[in-house]
Parts: sequence; C-alpha cells; structure tokens
Amino acid sequence: MYKILEKEVLSDVTKLMVVEAPQIARKARAGQFVIVLMHENGERIPLTIADYDRKAGTLTMIFQEVGKSTLEMGTMKVGDEFKTIVGPLGHPTEVENFGTIICVGGGVGIAPIYPIARELKEAGNHVISIIGARTKDLLLWEDKMRAVSDELIVTTDDGSYGRKDLVTVPLKEMMESRKIAKIWAIGPAIMMKFVSATTEPFKVPTIVSLNTIMIDGTGMCGGCRVLMDDGAKFVCVDGPEFDAHKVDWNNLLSRMTFYRGQEQAAIARWKESHKCNLDRAVAEGVK
Amino acid sequence: MAELTKKDRMKIPRQDMPVQEPDARVKNFTEVALGFTQELAQLEAQRCLQCKDASCREGCPVEVPIPDFVGAVRDGDMAKAVEIMKSKNNLPAICGRVCPQEVQCESRCILGKKGEAVAIGRIERFVGDYELAHRTCDVKKGPSTGKKVAVVGTGPAGLTCAVDMGIYGHDVTMFESLHTPGGVLVYGIPEFRLPKSVIRSEIENAACALGIEIKASHIVGRTLLIDELLKEFDAVFLGTGAGLPMFSPIPGINLNGVMSANEFLTRVNLMKGYLFPEFDTPVWVGKKVAVIGAGNVAMDSARCALRLQSLGMGNAGPDSEVHIVYRRSAEEVPARQEEVHHAKEEGVIFDFLTNPVEILGDGKGGVSAMRCVRQKLGEPDQSGRRRPIPIEGSEFDMEVDQVVFALGTNPNPIVFVNAEGLERKRQGTVVANQETGRTTLKGVWAGGDVVTGAATVISAMGAGKRAAADMNNYLKDKSAW
Ligand SMILES: Cc1cc2nc3c(=O)[nH]c(=O)nc-3n(C[C@H](O)[C@H](O)[C@H](O)COP(=O)(O)OP(=O)(O)OC[C@H]3O[C@@H](n4cnc5c(N)ncnc54)[C@H](O)[C@@H]3O)c2cc1C
Ligand SMILES: Cc1cc2nc3c(=O)[nH]c(=O)nc-3n(C[C@H](O)[C@H](O)[C@H](O)COP(=O)(O)OP(=O)(O)OC[C@H]3O[C@@H](n4cnc5c(N)ncnc54)[C@H](O)[C@@H]3O)c2cc1C
Ligand code: SF4
Ligand code: FES
Repeated sequence: MYKILEKEVLSDVTKLMVVEAPQIARKARAGQFVIVLMHENGERIPLTIADYDRKAGTLTMIFQEVGKSTLEMGTMKVGDEFKTIVGPLGHPTEVENFGTIICVGGGVGIAPIYPIARELKEAGNHVISIIGARTKDLLLWEDKMRAVSDELIVTTDDGSYGRKDLVTVPLKEMMESRKIAKIWAIGPAIMMKFVSATTEPFKVPTIVSLNTIMIDGTGMCGGCRVLMDDGAKFVCVDGPEFDAHKVDWNNLLSRMTFYRGQEQAAIARWKESHKCNLDRAVAEGVK
Repeated sequence: MAELTKKDRMKIPRQDMPVQEPDARVKNFTEVALGFTQELAQLEAQRCLQCKDASCREGCPVEVPIPDFVGAVRDGDMAKAVEIMKSKNNLPAICGRVCPQEVQCESRCILGKKGEAVAIGRIERFVGDYELAHRTCDVKKGPSTGKKVAVVGTGPAGLTCAVDMGIYGHDVTMFESLHTPGGVLVYGIPEFRLPKSVIRSEIENAACALGIEIKASHIVGRTLLIDELLKEFDAVFLGTGAGLPMFSPIPGINLNGVMSANEFLTRVNLMKGYLFPEFDTPVWVGKKVAVIGAGNVAMDSARCALRLQSLGMGNAGPDSEVHIVYRRSAEEVPARQEEVHHAKEEGVIFDFLTNPVEILGDGKGGVSAMRCVRQKLGEPDQSGRRRPIPIEGSEFDMEVDQVVFALGTNPNPIVFVNAEGLERKRQGTVVANQETGRTTLKGVWAGGDVVTGAATVISAMGAGKRAAADMNNYLKDKSAW
C-alpha cells in the first residue's frame, strides 16, 4: 500500500510524487492535506493534496526539501512505499461563485493553490493567479496554473523569469485597480504574513492555508495550535484555511522555529551520512 | 510448601516487586517494576485466605474470580490461573501493570482491614506475563456467523470488544486513526510503565487467532464515515476514547514550551522522540518543567521529562527540575499510588495547593515563568473532593521554561461526522446504555472513555465486554434493538 507510482523532479529541491491511496483519493477535496510517514523510525509530516484521481485511486503530493524528512523523502523511488498515509485531513476549501478572485501561490505553495484555483474556476469565478518564487528554477506548474486561470502573473524575487517582484506587488496593484471579492494565498508563512498585511487595508477577505508543526492531524495533540483574534485554534481540525487578518503571525512564525536546534542537527547528520556514502562510492569508483 | 494455617499466612509480609533503582532508572526508558519471580508470586499468593464471599472480587470492575486465580498461582498451576483470569479479563499483563488496584480489588481485601492487602495486581501481572511467554490459553474463533462487525478505535475498549466478537464467531475489522494500534496504551502510557512489546504481542496474538483485520491510519469521520460503516457492517462499536486535550484559559498558552501532555507523551512514546535522532521526531524538555495536574497523565509526563533531562535533551542542565503543580492537596491526588511513589523516588517535586494564572514570556517566544496563586481547601464540591479556593494576594512567580498541561481530556468529535441520531452530552461524551453500550443510533454501540470521559483501562475493557455480549445477542436476533 501507499506505493509511489510516479516521481518527477520539478527543481533541485522540489519533487512531485503520485502515490497509491484509493481510500483517501475517494474522499479528497481541494484544500485538504494528508500526513505521511516514511518508515517505522520516521516522522509524521503533513503535505497538501496537490491533486487527486478518484478513478485511479491516486494522490499527487509536491514537497520541498527543507529538512531531514523531506530530504530523505526526496531519495524515495518509484515502487517504494510509504509506511502510512492518512487523510484526507482538515476542511476542504469553501468554493462558490464569488466573482473575481485572486489565487496567490508562493514557491512550493503553488502546488496546493492549484486545485483550489481549479475548483474556483469550475464554480464560475474569474480567476486571477499570481505565482512567484525566489528564482526561476523554483517555479512550478506554470502551465497547469495557466490552464485554470483567466489571468496569470508570474514573479521571481531575482527577476530571472517573469516580473522581478514579490507577489505582494502585483497583488496590491490588482486591488487598487479592480474589485476583488476574495483572495487565497498559500506559501511560506512569511509570504502569507505579508500578503495578509497587503490585503488588510483593502478589506478584501483573505484566506491562508497554515503550515504549523503537526503530529496526529486529528485534534489530539494541540501542537498545531495557532492564536487567532478569538483564541487558540487547531490548524489540523479547525483549518488548515483561516481568515488571514485574524492570525497572530508573529506567534505562528515563532512556534515554527521551536524545534530548530534538533532539525538542524538532523539535517547535519543526514548530510554527513550521505556524504560518507558519496565518498565511499567515489573511492570505490576509483578502485 | 505444606498447608499453612490462617495465622501463618497472616504472618507473611506483603511482597515487594523488584524494581530498577531510582538513580539508574531515570536515565533510561526501560521498565521500572520488574515483576514477581515464581517464588515471590507463590509466596504472595500464600497470603490469600481464600475467603468464601470474597469481597476483593466485588471491587473488580470486571469481576475476575480473584481467590480462584490466586489459589491456582499458589498451587503453581499457572495454566489454570491463566484460564480463570482470561474468563473475565483478556489483558491481564496490561491490567496488572496499570489498574489502580488500591482503590479496586485490593481496597476490599479483608487483610487490608488490619494489615496490608494481598498484592492482587502484582500476582495478576505475573499471570499475564506467564501467558505472554507461554501462550497456554490461546483464544479461538467461534464457528463463523457470517456477520460483519466494525470496531472503531484500538484502545482497551475496542480491543476487548473485538476479541469477544471474534470468539463469538463474527468477522471483525478494526479501524484506527493512528499508524499503530493500542490507543492510550501506546501513545500515552510510557515504555517504562507498560512496555510496547506487551501490547504488540497481545494485539498480534488476538488478531492472528481470531482473524481480526486491523486497518491502521483509517480515521472514521475522515477516511470513511459512520453511515458508510453502517452500510457495510452489521454492527459498529465506537471505542474512540477521549483524546482531545484541554488547556487552561490563561494568558500565555501559545508560547513555545507550553504543550499538552498528549503532545509531549505522543512525541516521546508513539514517535519515540527519546531516541532522537535515530527516530526522526524531535522532543524538547525544559530545564525547569511544570506539569499541571496530578493524575496518571501528569505523573507520566513528569517522569518522561525527568528522563529526557537525564539524557541531556533540550534545555536540560545540571540543576534541572520537574514539578507537579496541583491545585488541590496530596490527599486528592487521583493518580495510581505506585506512580506517585515512583515519581517521588525519582525526584519529581510536588507543589500542592498551587494554581497557575498566567504563563510569562521571555521576550523571545519562549517561557520564562509561571504566575501562580496559592489555594486553600473549602467545602466539598460535586466530585466530593474539597473545593480549592484561591488565597487572595498569594500570587508568586515560579521560574520555569516548560509547562505541560495534564488537565484531562474530552472525546474527539472527529468521528461523529454523518452520524445523525447519535446523541452526545455537553462534554461531547456519547449517550450509551450502561449495561449494553447501545447508543441512540441503531446498529451503533459505544464504550470506554468516549462514553465516560477519561477513566481507566479496566472500565474501558468492561464496557467493551458488555457491549460485545449485547452485540452478539442483537446479531443473533436482528429484530430486537
Ligand atoms: C497542512 C500542511 C500542509 C503542508 N503542505 C506542504 C506541501 O504541500 N509541500 C511541502 O513541501 N510542505 C508542506 N508542508 C510543510 C511540511 O510538512 C514541512 O516542510 C515538513 O514537515 C518538514 O519536515 P523536514 O523534516 O523535512 O524539515 P524539518 O527540518 O523538520 O523542518 C523544516 C521546517 O519545516 C517545519 N516542520 C517541521 N516539522 C513539521 C511538521 N511535522 N509539520 C509541519 N511543519 C513542520 C519546521 O517549522 C521548519 O520550519 C505542509 C504543512 C502543513 C501543516
Ligand atoms: C498518559 C496516560 C496514562 C494513563 N494511565 C492509566 C493507568 O495507569 N491506569 C488506568 O487504568 N488508566 C490510565 N489511563 C487512562 C486509560 O488509558 C484510558 O481510560 C483508556 O485507555 C481508555 O480506553 P479506550 O479504549 O476507551 O480509549 P483509548 O485508549 O483512548 O483508545 C481510543 C483509540 O481510538 C482511536 N480513535 C479516536 N478517534 C478515532 C477515529 N475517528 N477513527 C479511528 N480511530 C479513532 C484513537 O487513536 C485511539 O487509539 C491513562 C491515560 C493516559 C492518557
Ligand atoms: S479478600 Fe483478600 S484474602 Fe480474601 S480472597 Fe480476596 S485477596 Fe484473598
Ligand atoms: S496536529 Fe495534533 S492537534 Fe493538530
């Protein structure tokens, strides 16, 4: 079960996997996520359902290698199996015809914004999408996003492709010039914080999908809790989508760094053991 | 041994279990209490007077015929002891380790009136461990009835129900939201109190003998729904426990270093965080840890924290401390006696009549202190325990960098999606008949913590057993709901 059927390298650090998970594919909706566990010694990590195919019984996940677990996942091959995938978790995106809406995807956040844009488009919205990344290599799914958007703006921080801007710049221009009914934004927490700050003065309702640290994903541990205007909420069961203007962003960003010491140690240990393998391989090659 | 007189028996002192010494055990996660040897078990069993109207039995929530199995141990007939035990209790190796015997069977033992009760729990554990090692009394699946039963949740309530339904001859499928079955026994109770191998062995043995299929990582309410289960199965049992943590409604609970006992214990036990980096899930421990509450969950959290400190994790240093902060007094402590005793031996500091009112930040996202107020005890409240009342002007700051809330839990509502007609009470517990476990939704039974709120392993097992008996009757005669 949970076999990898396809793997695609989208960039040096971004990988796509299509996995077998018929039970979950049957129920999956845009905006929801799964939790995966590679093996007995592994860590439960949440990943958004970037796409699903109910007939084939598959899920598509896209992840960025940011730490030990995602680095290790990057080495998994077609045919390998996850020990567990559980879901679908969280509430699906509330989709209706709002009018003109904007979908903002930053970096690996472009993947989870895609099914949301697609459903919003299918519901009759005029979909404007803004996707951005640090640099050209980290951009993904431009074609797929174009196919589900009425308008598409691409930005890179370094100007290596599309507009040389942060996503917030075209976003602000849009709000200044057009009547926007609603905005969805998914990306690194810091990007979502700035999107929120950009849209708040325009009073355009803004939905973000939060990526706090999780364990169970069912409301059992409280590790994922986030401070909102009206008290603490659990991202896994109350979210993952929230009203961006109610989120205590500084608390969220601070909580995401809590295990940094151990995360860095784990990455160092992983790289060390892989360097050793590499060294050995090179040495053996020489022999 | 020659037949002893009553007087001889009463001269034998209550036997202690060998344990790991406190200095050594705080540095590891292996089991603290090592269990009786055959000699010790038989000696302890000799103390039992084999009362005619044994009152100990009335103190047992599942009415294990205590004098009978203790008598068999005394005679050295272990196979018989196991058989007697298993007629009422499927999981003696677990109950022997975690039941609060001092308020159940042992509290009723006649010997306790003047001296010390027979150590029924320790003998029970010995019987359970004997069965684990020798498997003299394997369960067998009854003649197949062709009926399909779904059991949701693999804690003690679900496991007991599943085993009995298998023995009755039904085809049982279990659903578990986590990736490992066992409920609180695996994610909550630490290895040093209940080795995971014990639970794994019990589950694998039962599943294999009875053909029970266990579907882990299947969340009912998400992956599949109750109404779908009702279409596919002839009967459904809900044993989903009470897994939702509570936090005090005080300022500062979202600071780094503040967590629920569930999170802390899940990282340590289910995910094996104490073996980081060999296991990938990190766990953090503070230099001065405050655990709020004084139940079993609090004791387990405090003792895990001590061990992580000894392993040098997180902020641990040479003068690390772990405190239990409890708003009532020593007398009201709800944890098992043995756990409190072990926690004290290991160096956990108890701050009674103390209640946190605010958690103070260090300006960098973490915790620097906990503001507390002293309490005094007033008149008894609904629970019969004296109500703690804050003493005005007694506020003080306790320097801590980690706060773990162990204040009890409520049922997780995730399972109740599309369960129209399934009534629940205000705290979220399911309304179910005490005797039969029947809920207000036809075809659905419930038992354990999901009905009672956080309670005990043995009460969950009892509920699972009673429900199984009623489910079996119902499946034989569909008309009678
Ligand atoms: C609902 C949700 C959906 C997500 N969807 C995606 C996705 O589609 N693609 C993707 O690349 N990433 C996604 N993430 C983030 C992803 O889970 C983390 O990047 C991953 O867990 C990092 O693990 P690591 O060991 O590689 O990194 P680590 O070294 O452990 O950590 C690196 C960073 O990841 C964060 N992190 C660590 N552990 C967890 C955890 N258990 N849960 C959440 N964050 C954690 C840390 O705050 C840290 O900033 C999602 C997170 C959530 C909560
Ligand atoms: C740390 C700790 C220490 C304890 N110590 C003791 C002790 O020493 N002695 C004692 O007698 N009692 C103790 N208890 C209490 C005891 O463990 C519980 O009362 C008992 O486990 C309840 O059993 P249960 O089967 O009702 O539920 P649980 O053991 O909670 O099992 C419920 C299971 O259902 C699963 N589940 C929940 N929702 C879903 C869903 N939607 N779909 C699928 N599966 C689901 C859960 O993941 C879990 O595995 C302790 C509890 C804790 C937390
Ligand atoms: S009450 Fe005590 S002495 Fe009497 S049968 Fe029970 S355990 Fe033995
Ligand atoms: S991940 Fe545990 S409560 Fe949300």
